[in-house]
Amino acid sequence: MKNSPLKAAIGGAAAIGLSVLFSTQAWAGKTLDTIKQRDQMVCGVNTGLAGFGAADSQGKWTGLDVDVCRAVAAAVLGSGDKVRYVPLSAPQRFTALQSGEIDMLSRNTTFTLTRDASLGLHQTAVTFYDGQGFMVPVKAGIKNAKQLKGATVCVQSGTTTEKNLTDFSKANNLGIKPVVFEKLEAANAAYFAGRCKAYTTDASGLASIRSKEAKDPKEHAILPELISKEPLGPLVRRGDDEWFAIVKWVIYGLVEAEEYGITAANIEKLKAESTDPVVMRLLGKSDDTGKLLGLDREWLVRAISTSGNYGEIFERNVGEKTPLALKRGPNAQWAKGGLQYAPPIR
Amino acid sequence: MAVSLNHIAPRTPPVSHTSWRLWLRQNLFANRTSSVTTLTLLVLGLWLLPQLWSWAVWHAQFKPDADACQSIRGIGACWGVVSEKYRIIIFGRYPFAEQWRPLLACGLLVSLLVVSCMRAFWRIGLLWAWLAVWLAFFGLMGGRLFGVSLGLSPVPTDQWGGLPLTLMLSSLSIALAFPLAVLVALGRRSDLPAIKTICVTYVELVRGVPLISVLFMASFMFPLLMPAGTTPDVLLRVLVGITLFSAAYTAEIVRGGLQAIPRGQYEAAASLGLGYWKTQRIIILPQALAHVVPGIMNNFIAIFKDTSLVTIVSLYELSGALGLALNGDPLWRPFKIEGYLFITLIYFAFCFAMSRYSLWVEHRLQRSQAR
Amino acid sequence: MNSSFWHQKQARRWLYQLALLLGLGLLLAWLLSNTLANMKARGIQSGFDFLWANAGFDIGESMIAFDSSEPYWRAFWVGLLNTLRVSVVGIAVCTILGTLIGVGRVSNNALARGMGYAYTELFRNVPVLLQLLIWYVLLVEFMPDSQSPLHFNDWFYLSKNGISFPIPVWDASVPGLVWDVPVWLDGEITQGISLTPEFLAITLGLSFYTSAFVAEVVRAGIVSVPRGQLEAAKSIGLSNWQTTRQVLLPQAMRVIIPPLTNQYLNLTKNSSLAVAIGYPDLVSISNTALNQTGRAVECIALIMAVYLCLSLGTSALMNAFNQRMAIRER
Repeated sequence: MKNSPLKAAIGGAAAIGLSVLFSTQAWAGKTLDTIKQRDQMVCGVNTGLAGFGAADSQGKWTGLDVDVCRAVAAAVLGSGDKVRYVPLSAPQRFTALQSGEIDMLSRNTTFTLTRDASLGLHQTAVTFYDGQGFMVPVKAGIKNAKQLKGATVCVQSGTTTEKNLTDFSKANNLGIKPVVFEKLEAANAAYFAGRCKAYTTDASGLASIRSKEAKDPKEHAILPELISKEPLGPLVRRGDDEWFAIVKWVIYGLVEAEEYGITAANIEKLKAESTDPVVMRLLGKSDDTGKLLGLDREWLVRAISTSGNYGEIFERNVGEKTPLALKRGPNAQWAKGGLQYAPPIR
Repeated sequence: MAVSLNHIAPRTPPVSHTSWRLWLRQNLFANRTSSVTTLTLLVLGLWLLPQLWSWAVWHAQFKPDADACQSIRGIGACWGVVSEKYRIIIFGRYPFAEQWRPLLACGLLVSLLVVSCMRAFWRIGLLWAWLAVWLAFFGLMGGRLFGVSLGLSPVPTDQWGGLPLTLMLSSLSIALAFPLAVLVALGRRSDLPAIKTICVTYVELVRGVPLISVLFMASFMFPLLMPAGTTPDVLLRVLVGITLFSAAYTAEIVRGGLQAIPRGQYEAAASLGLGYWKTQRIIILPQALAHVVPGIMNNFIAIFKDTSLVTIVSLYELSGALGLALNGDPLWRPFKIEGYLFITLIYFAFCFAMSRYSLWVEHRLQRSQAR
Repeated sequence: MNSSFWHQKQARRWLYQLALLLGLGLLLAWLLSNTLANMKARGIQSGFDFLWANAGFDIGESMIAFDSSEPYWRAFWVGLLNTLRVSVVGIAVCTILGTLIGVGRVSNNALARGMGYAYTELFRNVPVLLQLLIWYVLLVEFMPDSQSPLHFNDWFYLSKNGISFPIPVWDASVPGLVWDVPVWLDGEITQGISLTPEFLAITLGLSFYTSAFVAEVVRAGIVSVPRGQLEAAKSIGLSNWQTTRQVLLPQAMRVIIPPLTNQYLNLTKNSSLAVAIGYPDLVSISNTALNQTGRAVECIALIMAVYLCLSLGTSALMNAFNQRMAIRER
């Protein structure tokens, strides 16, 4: 080449640049050790679903899934701020978790047999019981989902949504024509531009999208039918039972805290004064349940103080006072007729 | 003898060759087809252009006022969306308060590229400048260099986006692909069958598949190919994919240049006793590369445009950043077209400048080679 | 002359090739072992057997009948047909458009030259993905709502659902061709032929983009024919049309065909961007399959193999065409 120094300089600069970018994280199969060594947890979240995982323009993340991540990080590392959020689209989420890029996937992901058995992943605990629904413009005059004969429906690619839509269409002989987009934003944009007659995703997602993206939320109606069961919750990799247990039991801990009336506000008071044996066990005063998980005794205290109990997380992100205005419904405590039932923490 | 002087009648003055009437006749109304074409195009232009002007400039709204924009919707363009959202569009998800850093880094990189194009600066100092600017770029963007913090808050690579990302991906991948491309082009012309087959397979394989599948492969499969426990940075994966892709195309261009060197050069080099590598380095490659500079510039323009595809693997370059800015904001979402036009303008400005430069280089080469 | 092993050129050649093959082999083996280890550790299954499993998803538009109970390989086949549909129509449109503009750029009409120049510079300097997105936004925004479509005589409809028009089909009961007319019912159109906004966006976007490059190729081809040829043709009294057809075109074609092949290949490969605007082409369907089965490696390898075959096929076809058009020189 004309200028060997040129070649050498460019090559040198490139090598330096590459080494800056290349980040090696030792993942020796023990996720907990890696996280402690890194002093940071990496959490896979949604790219932008209000109420579940969304960042504002300054880059601050909020949402139900985000709060669950913070609770786990607080239990393991001591602070809910030691989390790095990686926004993932639906096609990328499983490979990111499989490859070790993230430690836990908290991205309103439905539990199914395929995902549990064949992707090398494990489903932890359900944080949100949901179902798939439809959103239609009010002026289309559609009152229930069976009226969608031959309709075009906007849907995001690679989700259980697509398959459920097909099953529903087949079962009711509707001949629905799906328009499939790679990105959620593209699907939303197409629906709101009028390309499709209906839009389908989880009912909570519909509420979130309608509140945040419709010009006038009153112009869109969410149909009453739920055409599938969608239990949503975080996933972790297979092969690391310790980490699996930690994530699962933090979630159960948050649910149990609500059942026993422990909130972020009264936790310090309860820790000092309470004599209820269950409460004392949860707060680490009588038994050290944390040691069995590989953590210290205050693991659940920190988790609850960071995000609040399950009920507080729900109300703050998707509850009746938020633009999503979702009722507890199946997400209420079992004692109140819902499905949130935490096994005993002992 | 008497010669009769018959005055010849004065001739009419010659037809002027520079009047505008003549130019019109020759260029617009030369024959029937030409006249018809001219009239059709004029009618089309007179119908479209005033409407375009009225929409884009006359009735347009430049202030970031969503209500004013709504009121002129359909009549005038809402450039307010640009004045409102330009920071997210140009810098992506980079933390708001620190956006002076990518601005500075971009400025440095662009000035380096411009300076490298000017012949007056082609000396050794330029190489050191390249090294320094790349170090400064990564240092400013990331906040750390080789793990050593520079006193700036660290920003992980998945938050880099917008224009700095595009510039970085295209220039770095071209710079890295170039040595590889030269080796592959030489390998393809070699007469060692193993080397030739490998190079041919690589080039034909990469040129036959779309860039998007290479990007999918890089982003999904690259982590699987690395030893268990390493997580290659997301930007690194995309960079490797684009570099391998552009190396194949550049190799073909360099091969075209190599084919244009006459055999006599090789024979003269041999007669001087130069070995294979010395011949290539001193005699062949300088001539070949000088020939293909326009082709390589065109390749650079193509790669610059192709970096827009990284949107599909969720890196937020310009179009991805626009989606980010507008999709979650119902106030401004109806004005997506104005946002797209803004990005079109940015890309057009860069690519047009590069293509003019490439034409200029071509002209200079032709001049220098004319005897 | 007993030169040592190192000094014998033949020996050195073998040595270099062996060294390269060994190095490459080691690299590939290392990558493969990493992949297998990773897949085993994460419990990811592999193999192409998923192709015979039930697809479980519907495809919005397809040229052959497709149902969610059909296997995955049939879904891929539908995707391939959709890609070919876009490629063939795109190639036809861009050739016509590109030739017109290319000819305009060398014509003697200054307005045509100027507009041709503006057109090529505009469409060549903007990324194709951006152009596709803009086309899609324009089509979806400005087409009439599906509840109140623009229609002509009840057999031509234009709305956000696309352009629909009738098509003659063979009806066995009345042995003969019968018009299959689109029927509009409550915002949806059945029967007839419908071109969805996704198909229109990608075909028009790709055609206009590629036509700018085709225009350049055509222009270069026309300019490459020496002026002397045209002057000679004029001097023996050939008309403009005869000159073009019998003198200019055959010589220009030699220069045009190889780069034109390249542009056709580029159009076919660029059709893979349909995944961004919701057109169910091969890459989009492969994406869905990838997500539902988790077989990332197999799906991506399949797309790459298919595109490779398409590229090689198109190249072979154009090379054959090139051979036929080649002028036998003296």
